[in-house]
Amino acid sequence: MHYFIGDLGHLFIILSFVTSLISVFAYWKTIYSTDSLREPWRKNARVAFYTHLVAVLGVVVCLFVIIYQHYFEYHYAYSHSSRQLPAQYMVSCFWEGQEGSFLLWIFWQALIGIVLIHTQKKWEAPVMVVFSLVQAFLASMILGVVIPFLDLKLGSSPFILLRDAIDDPIFSIQPDFIPKDGSGLNPLLQNYWMVIHPPTLFLGFALTLVPFAFCMAGLWQKQYAEWIKPALPWTLLGAGILGLGILMGGYWAYETLNFGGYWNWDPVENAVYVPWLIMIASIHTMIVYKNSQTALKSSVILTIAVFVLILYSTFLTRSGILGDASVHSFTDLGLSGQLLIYLLFFTVAAIVLAIVRWKHIPSSQKEITVYSREFWIFIGATLLCFTGFQVIYPTSYPVINEMGSWVGLDLRLAVPGDRQVQYYSRFQIWFGVLIALGSGTAQFFWWRKIDKHSLTKELLYPFLISLIVFAVIISLGRIYKPAYMALTLAGVYLIVSNLKVLFAVSKVNKSLSGGAVAHIGVGLMLIGIMFSAGYSQVVSLNNTGMLISKDLPTEFNRDNLLLFIHETRTMAGYEIEYLGERVKPNGINGYVSKNHIDLTTDPYKVVATQDIYFKDKKILNARDTFAINPENTFYEVELRKDGKVAAVLFPRVQINPAMGGFVASPDIERHAGRDLYTHVSLPMSREEEPEWSELTEERVHLNQPFFVNDYVAVLEEVVRIHEIDGFKLDEEDVAVKAKIKVTGERDEYYAEPVFLIRNKSQVGRIPSEINDLGVKITLLNIHPDSGEFSLGVNTRQKDWVIIKAIEMPLINVLWLGTGVLMVGFTVAMVRRFKDFRKENNS
Amino acid sequence: MKKSHIFALVVIAAAIGIIIANTGDASTYVSFDQAYQMASNGNTTKLHVVGDLKKDANGNIVGIEKSADKLSFSFILVDENQKEQKVYYNEPMPPDFTRSEKVVVIGSYQNNSFVASKILLKCPSKYQEEKINTSSL
Repeated sequence: MHYFIGDLGHLFIILSFVTSLISVFAYWKTIYSTDSLREPWRKNARVAFYTHLVAVLGVVVCLFVIIYQHYFEYHYAYSHSSRQLPAQYMVSCFWEGQEGSFLLWIFWQALIGIVLIHTQKKWEAPVMVVFSLVQAFLASMILGVVIPFLDLKLGSSPFILLRDAIDDPIFSIQPDFIPKDGSGLNPLLQNYWMVIHPPTLFLGFALTLVPFAFCMAGLWQKQYAEWIKPALPWTLLGAGILGLGILMGGYWAYETLNFGGYWNWDPVENAVYVPWLIMIASIHTMIVYKNSQTALKSSVILTIAVFVLILYSTFLTRSGILGDASVHSFTDLGLSGQLLIYLLFFTVAAIVLAIVRWKHIPSSQKEITVYSREFWIFIGATLLCFTGFQVIYPTSYPVINEMGSWVGLDLRLAVPGDRQVQYYSRFQIWFGVLIALGSGTAQFFWWRKIDKHSLTKELLYPFLISLIVFAVIISLGRIYKPAYMALTLAGVYLIVSNLKVLFAVSKVNKSLSGGAVAHIGVGLMLIGIMFSAGYSQVVSLNNTGMLISKDLPTEFNRDNLLLFIHETRTMAGYEIEYLGERVKPNGINGYVSKNHIDLTTDPYKVVATQDIYFKDKKILNARDTFAINPENTFYEVELRKDGKVAAVLFPRVQINPAMGGFVASPDIERHAGRDLYTHVSLPMSREEEPEWSELTEERVHLNQPFFVNDYVAVLEEVVRIHEIDGFKLDEEDVAVKAKIKVTGERDEYYAEPVFLIRNKSQVGRIPSEINDLGVKITLLNIHPDSGEFSLGVNTRQKDWVIIKAIEMPLINVLWLGTGVLMVGFTVAMVRRFKDFRKENNS
Repeated sequence: MKKSHIFALVVIAAAIGIIIANTGDASTYVSFDQAYQMASNGNTTKLHVVGDLKKDANGNIVGIEKSADKLSFSFILVDENQKEQKVYYNEPMPPDFTRSEKVVVIGSYQNNSFVASKILLKCPSKYQEEKINTSSL
């Protein structure tokens, strides 16, 4: 038992909690003390916050040591890791659990706090009061301390021992019991995107605190407008990182999950999408304020809303309230009360502060006209808020049901699970159209004074060009649905109008082009989403017409295809053939047939029985021992078009009983214009004993062809052997091995059954199986008089797999748009940071 | 009235509009009897029914039938009012189906059979283990 490391980690947690509180107090005193005491208090506060950072790093290191050293006496290591887990995924174990993800969040905020201490002279004290207070709340979530007398547990520590976390009889017999191995990381998270997606997302979460802290500090210190300038570049950075994190999540889902897309409107996704939208809205109102001194009040409201929404989504996904509504929210750790207090504290504090100061916030008396850029930006921000509201409202149904039950209402509202995507997208599409049209037009107002007459002149050419491009796209893509047509037009218009602005602006100053570039990215994303989601189609339609019940209506059609090995079927213009089960050697680019490996006593090591080629390249020599992950099986599926191989796909199935069994991940054939996405819906179970046919007997001479399961077979030779599977036989024992060649559709297979006489009387027969062909051959008898051999043949259903295939057109436009959007964010952010530094230094 | 007031009214109206449109189209959790009632009244909306798989006295799940080509299957679900209903589903049976504690079926009655267009499984063991694997002692 390694008690020390856990106790040390726990001590660091308590230290991080206490230092964050000290930091709050000391920074508070920095503001409210006489001039002479100000600097000493500031010094104390800084020491406290630096100690806080060190403590947080200490917690991180301790937890990582526990995972890395496989200390399975700790619940965290036991339930999130295992001995065979590759090192790079140990990092993912770290944030798989609630406690670890809180820790990641705390870690980022501590780092950002340090940066702020050293860059924000004037703002340091009030901003850090807010910062440290948030840190204290977050640290309390992993505190794991029971308050005496009250019997109240505060937080859930990642350092609890297994025996304290799990009530298992073994611990009453043997308190020092340590499991030999952990239960492993959820196979879905064993993916490189899961190594970088959570840190990116939580950095985004952490960054939303910065504008909030500046806004609170501004209201508190009566610097009603000055907070915008330092907050704006951080908001841009936060929105960029948060957006990147969300899209990485989408890309991970596309590559790993098998719902057939990148976005499912799952509550967990919605919970980050909505704050991001509002954050984008707040960027726009802040920029308007910087240019024309309007929209300050909206900036305050939106900045507060972003942070409150982040807290709300934390509450939704971590309190367990989503329950049945989401398949992948965290498990309830009994933190719901604490999370609710966290949410309510900052919501109420921010709203009260804003109300108290409301009258003092300067607002412009300027009349807003339709021809002003303020008007358009304002409309855009409002639309973004509605877009978010339409998503957060249904996502909150579980909360609304709960609140309804308090007043005796039995609401039982649910987002329709079978058309969850449509439930959101039919609104979101039109919001997307309006936002694209609005922001396309707003760009012209932004850079130039425009009135009634110049408006038509400015808009004429972009609009004409958009119409032409639009006409080309819809006729080539055959888009006839009104909503999709509208989205295409709006997306094209957004791109064209911003390209015009981009050219004009970059002639003047390239650093101003961030906005235009970001908008072009959004336009590309809208078009990519429209095509890939709107026109994705299942291509693996079943056309056998075999139904389970005659009672069912005829539209009971099915999207999956049953493939027997080496039996070609047709699918969406392709010929498709299943070629068998494969394993993947670790660290080698390629796959190996399960027919060409021998197992060893270690499930993670296998031996190649022959030279292994993959795509005509030799990847392994015969008798090479290589490492595999036995959880994973890859199903090789070949697609041919006009007789030529178009693609070879290897969709994966992971079997991990500890994690609930079966996880299928797709393989994607990528083309510039479309992706073909294939995953296994149901693999053949190897655990169930297959049903063999009755044994039929064949009497054959050497080299005489005969049929097994409709394949041609030949008995090539029968030889005497002296050992079986490394087991040496006695002198008087007689063993012979027959070698039978069976010619399959693609390969030749050998069955090698053994006939054995031990102690002169005991007859043993070891049959040999050819998996791919579904045959089992037994050497039944030898007839020396006629030179014939009796072979017994059993057959079974051939190996099969059930797959689903989906075609996604133009999905690459979405990924391209994402990249462009990120470039835009970066350009804009660099400009605003420079702005801020210039002013700070002057 | 000032412009800002008009704007506020428009915002409130739009928000109420969004609430009404979404709530009106929301699905509800019902029992099989209620679902049957709604279907026989000509209401074809898809509903959520929560239930357990039917088990015999020994705790074994009974009533699962797979189609000959394995591409679809049916099972018996017992809802909160202990009503048993055969449910048809046009996808292969998920391998962890029999391990699930609770099943949510989303669909509607067609004639006398309940056809699910989606199934949600609640597997208690999926992310949190309650028992330790001591076999590796």
